[in-house]
Amino acid sequence: MSASPSILSSPDRGGPAQPLLLLSGLKKHFPIRGGLFGSTVATVRAVDGVSFAVRKGETLGIVGESGCGKSTTARLLMRLMVPDAGSMVFDGEGVGQNAQTGGITLKDYRRQVQMVFQDSYASLNPRLPIEESIAFAPKVHGVAPAEARARAHEILAAVGLAPASFARRYPHELSGGQRQRVNIARALALQPRLILLDEPVSALDKSVEAQVLNLLVDLKETFGLTYVFISHDLNVVQYISDRVLVMYLGQVVEQGPVEAIYDRPAHPYTRALLASRPSMDPGRRRTEPPLTGDPPNPINPPSGCRFRTRCPFAEGLCAEREPVQSALGGGHEAACHMAEPGSGHSQAGKLAA
Amino acid sequence: MTATANATPLVALRDLSVRFVSRDATMHAVNGVDLDLAAGKVLCILGESGSGKSVTLRALMKLLPRSARVTGRIEVAGRDVQAMNERQLQDFRGGDVAMIFQEPMTALDPVFTIGQQIAETVMRHEGATRAAGMARALELLELVQIPSAKRRLAAYPHELSGGLRQRAMIAVALACRPKLLLADEPTTALDATVQIQVLLLLRKLQEQLGMGVIFVTHDLGVAGEIADRVAVMYAGRVVEEGPVGAMMRGPLHPYPRGLLGATVHGGMRGQRLTTIPGAPPSLETLPTGCSFAPRCAEAEPACLAGVPEPRSPVPGRSARCIKVAAG
Repeated sequence: MSASPSILSSPDRGGPAQPLLLLSGLKKHFPIRGGLFGSTVATVRAVDGVSFAVRKGETLGIVGESGCGKSTTARLLMRLMVPDAGSMVFDGEGVGQNAQTGGITLKDYRRQVQMVFQDSYASLNPRLPIEESIAFAPKVHGVAPAEARARAHEILAAVGLAPASFARRYPHELSGGQRQRVNIARALALQPRLILLDEPVSALDKSVEAQVLNLLVDLKETFGLTYVFISHDLNVVQYISDRVLVMYLGQVVEQGPVEAIYDRPAHPYTRALLASRPSMDPGRRRTEPPLTGDPPNPINPPSGCRFRTRCPFAEGLCAEREPVQSALGGGHEAACHMAEPGSGHSQAGKLAA
Repeated sequence: MTATANATPLVALRDLSVRFVSRDATMHAVNGVDLDLAAGKVLCILGESGSGKSVTLRALMKLLPRSARVTGRIEVAGRDVQAMNERQLQDFRGGDVAMIFQEPMTALDPVFTIGQQIAETVMRHEGATRAAGMARALELLELVQIPSAKRRLAAYPHELSGGLRQRAMIAVALACRPKLLLADEPTTALDATVQIQVLLLLRKLQEQLGMGVIFVTHDLGVAGEIADRVAVMYAGRVVEEGPVGAMMRGPLHPYPRGLLGATVHGGMRGQRLTTIPGAPPSLETLPTGCSFAPRCAEAEPACLAGVPEPRSPVPGRSARCIKVAAG
């Protein structure tokens, strides 16, 4: 992209030490209505008290199984949904407030935070040539049409699609990998600071997945981006992330630097999840699965620790009291009674580094 | 492809080709596949979307639509599948051969209970009574490790979680103790902790019942967990075939070599991923040379001269690449 100042550019405000995005106590519950008068019969606790920070320039990976709330978290992060409780602070400014109260409006926030979805076809307008799709958002934000189109061409080139042969094509004329490149280009068009990638390579074939992952690494470098990368693929998350967040039934069970999570997982769920990865080496086959059963339904999550129903170390305490995030050193935290010295669990404190 | 030559194979495919013909275009989905499966072994067909792996699997059960033109010889348990009429096929499907799919919600009938669906299969194929069928259904649910099996007999598919539904579909498939189980990506839609449970269950059942299994997947890790032998498909051809261990350690053909390099696994942080440039070829025109040549770093003019014949540098392994030494 050209270095000329643009009305879209958004300079850093709080300095490198201030988190780019700070979420605290985020909650989103969905009521299930039923009965004769449509009263609420149950509540899906999709996201139930999630707090984390996204640091400037990092890639934060979010992993978890279906129903753990990772996609709801993404939608809350984008403000495609309004949280029931909790606060979001973007580079020191409260999201969704107005400038008088020291906040940032949703329009300004969404210009700086963009999203790439899993389904590359459903997320593009089938009736627009891709250059129009890419130029659309900048035009909404006041860039002149001719300039927006010229910049769309620059961005297309940056994601590896020659503008001369691709700019006028429609989404159905592209392969899955090319469409995902267009989605990435569209996210870049507003010169955002944070890009939220929700399973961006899950629908792609392996050989194409590697191309897109390499591209994401390059773009992050070139444009100084920050990523939140959501995936169920533990290997991909390990490859791309600086820090990792593990979610289970609407809560964060463990977070920390990627090496800590993958080399010294503290929470029994993280350990089981990592051990569930199929091995490409047939000499290392197992006979017993690390966990039995499916993840429980988030409608009526278990009391106390939500993992206790599948946890091999569960004790009476785990049903009574919800574990708190215990620090294990170096920014590594786990929400498990075993990680908290003096919690009353028979193995308490043995995990502390 | 020579390792099983001495015993009568459970499955023998010879020069299988499948074309889908429509008014606008002809798609060459499968272009001359030779495969053998010995009884009681697991063969993984590995490939990306459009490689022809699922079409090959469906051809084994004659499940392809009318627009498909199938040529070549398909033999399963000594019977010629191509020559079967509709009546013989009904006995054959679910009796000798059963299939499990990626999405159990669409493969199971939503208006019948799990018990009824298993009992129906047993009654149809073995002439058993409903009571005997239900008794077998209970045994099968216990076999696939569904907790509180007795209660689950009366459950409808939508009342089960994804993992249990997949187990129920496996139970339906195993109802008549098939000699051959065809599995089309049955674990792809499952969560990580559930996927490994289903994979280990399938391997255990396969050993216990002595079934042959053909398992289609795009995931190298899944193949590593379950396969005895692997056949890698590209553009409708098997480009490499051999034992799983040898193939994972050192593939012969450049395509599986590229695929292994492009698959992200632990310890690759900070490295640049090797990629296979370009995209798979269109299946509308059959290439005259090696179909992988346009994406291959080692390609030379000779690669385009003709379709490479399988070469076998060591017994039991083969690859369609002119750079591989013939044994």
